[in-house]
This record gives sequence, structure tokens and C-alpha cells, in this order.
Amino acid sequence: MNKSQLIEKLSMATNQTNKVAEGAVNIFFNNIKEALSAGDKVEIRGFGSFLLKSYNAYTGRNPKTGEQVFVPKKELPFFRAGKDLRQKVNGGIDSESDE
Amino acid sequence: MVKADIIRSIELKLGISHEDASLQVESLLYLIKDQLMELEPVLISGFGQWKVREKKSRVGRNPKTREEYEISPRRVVTFYPSNVWREEISNNSFD
Repeated sequence: MNKSQLIEKLSMATNQTNKVAEGAVNIFFNNIKEALSAGDKVEIRGFGSFLLKSYNAYTGRNPKTGEQVFVPKKELPFFRAGKDLRQKVNGGIDSESDE
Repeated sequence: MVKADIIRSIELKLGISHEDASLQVESLLYLIKDQLMELEPVLISGFGQWKVREKKSRVGRNPKTREEYEISPRRVVTFYPSNVWREEISNNSFD
């Protein structure tokens, strides 16, 4: 499913115009991006949480040529699935119930 | 930021009722979860992609008691941020 399919399904499921569904989808994902950029994290119960993870700089190697490459430190968005989502993809069993 | 903040933002920006904004967000989350339950990927351009991966069973060890046990096979949801978003973030940090 891609974004336009999600918008179409959302508009049908909620009996709203395509424009409202499109607006909601765009605001939803933009808000998450903006929150992380502002140093905040995002927690959506039952779905998951988003945060920025920092990775230290390191010197790696191009596996093909063996050439050394310097990889500067970076930050990447990270998503952790929530309990309900974890259970749903596992047919109702929470494989990580130890928390 | 939590779900209620997103609902409030949609309510204000689209000028729709709180109930309608809430229904948009709950339904959106339901549709994404439903798709992943079917083991189908969800791709949001400019944001990222969720995929369900199958993990085989493997032997784990309790680090405290050193006891071995079998970690059952399971499915995990993995999120891959889009290249666009990755770049936006690396351009954002000036440190």
C-alpha cells in the first residue's frame, strides 16, 4: 500500500472527501517529522514510537574495493513497534512480553 | 508528542471537528496495521516504508543466569526511513 492508496482507503472508510483524507495523512506524517527534527519523540499507543537515534562516526571499508571510507556521525529516524502491532503481525501472540 | 497532539493539529489545520479528526487518525492507524497484518508493506513517499520480516528461531541466553533457551520464530515490523527524510535530518544537524 502506498500513500495514495492509503488516502483513498481512508476517505472511503471515514466517509470523508479525498481532500480531507489527504490533508489528514499529510499532517500526520509531517507532524512526526517535525517533532523529531525539534528533538521530540513521538509515541503512538498500540502502534509504535519514533525517535532519532545517533550513530557514531566510523571508518568503514567498501566491501568490493577494500577502499577505506570515513562515515561521519549521523542521526537516523528509528521506529519501534508497539505492543498491539507486534501482537497483530504475530497472530495475537506477543513475542516480547517481557517489558 | 502523542496521538492527541496530532489529532488536535489535524482538527485546527483542516478546520474539522475533533471527532472527525480523531476518526481520521484512528482509521489511518488501523489501515496501516491491517496492511502489515496481511504481511504487506506500507510505503509512504517522503517518509518511509514498513515491512514485516520473518525471523527464524534461534538460541538465546539469559545474560544473568547464562541459561540457554529457544527464541521462538516470530515476525517483526521494521521501518526504513526514506532517503528524502534521511537527508533532511542530516542537513538539519549542524553539530
